[in-house]
Amino acid sequence: MSGQASQAYDTIRALEYRYARLLDDDRLEEWPKLFTDRGVYQVIPRENLGRQPALPIMYCDGRGMMEDRVRSLREANIYNLHYSRHVVSNIEILSARNDSFEVAACYTVYQTDLEGQTRLFSVGQYRDVIAEDGGELRFREKIAVCDTFNIPNLLAIPL
Amino acid sequence: MLREAPAIAWPSRDGSRVPFEVFTRADVFAREQEAIFRGPVWNYVALEAEIPQPNDFKTSFVGDTPIIVSRAEDGSLHALLNRCAHRGATVQRQASGNARQHRCVYHQWCYNSRGDLVGVPYRRGVPGMGGYAADFDPKDHGLTRLRVASHKGVIFATFSPDTVPLEEYLDTPLLAAIDRLFSRPIKVMGHMRQRVRGNWKLYSENTRDPYHAALLHGFHATFGLYRTNQKRTGGTDKARAHSTGVTYGDDWRQATRSGNIGQDKFVANYSLADPSLLEGRPDFNDGVTVQITSIFPCLVVQQIMNTLATRHIRPKTADEFELYWTYFGYADDDEQMTTSRLKQANLVGPAGLISMEDSEAIELIQRAIVRDGKENSFLEFGGLQADLDKDRGGEATIRAYWRYYAGLMGLAPAGGET
Repeated sequence: MSGQASQAYDTIRALEYRYARLLDDDRLEEWPKLFTDRGVYQVIPRENLGRQPALPIMYCDGRGMMEDRVRSLREANIYNLHYSRHVVSNIEILSARNDSFEVAACYTVYQTDLEGQTRLFSVGQYRDVIAEDGGELRFREKIAVCDTFNIPNLLAIPL
Repeated sequence: MLREAPAIAWPSRDGSRVPFEVFTRADVFAREQEAIFRGPVWNYVALEAEIPQPNDFKTSFVGDTPIIVSRAEDGSLHALLNRCAHRGATVQRQASGNARQHRCVYHQWCYNSRGDLVGVPYRRGVPGMGGYAADFDPKDHGLTRLRVASHKGVIFATFSPDTVPLEEYLDTPLLAAIDRLFSRPIKVMGHMRQRVRGNWKLYSENTRDPYHAALLHGFHATFGLYRTNQKRTGGTDKARAHSTGVTYGDDWRQATRSGNIGQDKFVANYSLADPSLLEGRPDFNDGVTVQITSIFPCLVVQQIMNTLATRHIRPKTADEFELYWTYFGYADDDEQMTTSRLKQANLVGPAGLISMEDSEAIELIQRAIVRDGKENSFLEFGGLQADLDKDRGGEATIRAYWRYYAGLMGLAPAGGET
């Protein structure tokens, strides 16, 4: 890897890790800020990939919809009380264009209930388009494709 | 031959008390598979739009029994036990596809889309290997067939020769509910699945329970989408097994402006940062924003604004079921409508802004009733004298469900009241 490429990789990895940490630290309000203003976030069950467009179970088209999702989680929704832990690995830059990177990564999300019991909640792949926006790298697109498309109970906190 | 009905102390005939042990006991679950899912009922199994072409198939379930739903070359529909007639292995391992033959991997027994046995390796024997006797007749060794019926492309199957015709089973109000959503060609958009650690009947109750909607689901009330004073109508079949209800919202986008500030969770002038979530155009001209239709024992059909779906309740054990959503639109949807349906998919399913609470409520029950199976839930909201044809807001439909259930299960009430 050239020095420049290595630097890009480090910055992308830092973004992926920050994404995981904000969700795990319950800093949901900061989550939309990791996306560009018109960024897209989707959670797609793997079994739906065969159809176009693939049906998502969570779909935010722009930061506004992400903010609404967070507000709904805070004010309206009832869901299982838990801590979540996102583990992001196998980060790979698939292509670098003029203004963006296409990135693949694996995610694993564990949930721990209030009795301290942990279970594997979801595994899958992130398919990201990451672009520079206002001097920082942000997600222009983040698609979490769930291998675990039979969702245990429910999905509240974004993957 | 049915196994003997489990001894359950059903305290009353009116369905207003339900002993918790019906949600937890393995023998009750086993009895349900025989008396209900293989009994005189029509089980939803798939939509015709999922298997439109000859030789298309989809694997599904009747209760906990795996089946194949297929379309033969002449277009006819078939439901087959997904279990090889030879040694009992699962025959079709894919979730869906197109196959002229379903081949068991174990000894390569081969069945066509009607379940006929069409190929048996070494049937006449080969040097050093047996073969079958001259009187072996493949006709006797096909996949077990279920009876199949389809209404407007919604496919049902039954194991029982005694089940009444589908139209009679569903009855007029339920047929009308299906007709409303399925009279135009549909397009399947995808599936959503969730695995709920609770008894399947808790979900049947949930979808016959308008009482909880505005109380459990905060999103409705918060954004003014559902108010308890909205006009509601509904219906049921003569046997009171099923239930359908609709809610009218003169215009859901006007709801935040039309008052009703009294309700706890309703916040005036609350608005979405991105209102495009709820922007769509009505699919129908009848003013109905929500339709929830529950068909005994395992189907819910829904319209919530522009979201259209079937929900298939797939029981796994006494304390676990899968909820399998088939999300659809109409074949003539334009791009704008498709976008609306994709965005509104946020409302329903396992991550649904107005549905995620249901499975959580069910798991909360299952966790708490681990003991004290002889104690009961209490279902008297709306009063015991409520007229089911007029009062759709109370728990009368749930009580009717339990009466029907207890009848099929042969669970005699110990108590005296009617």
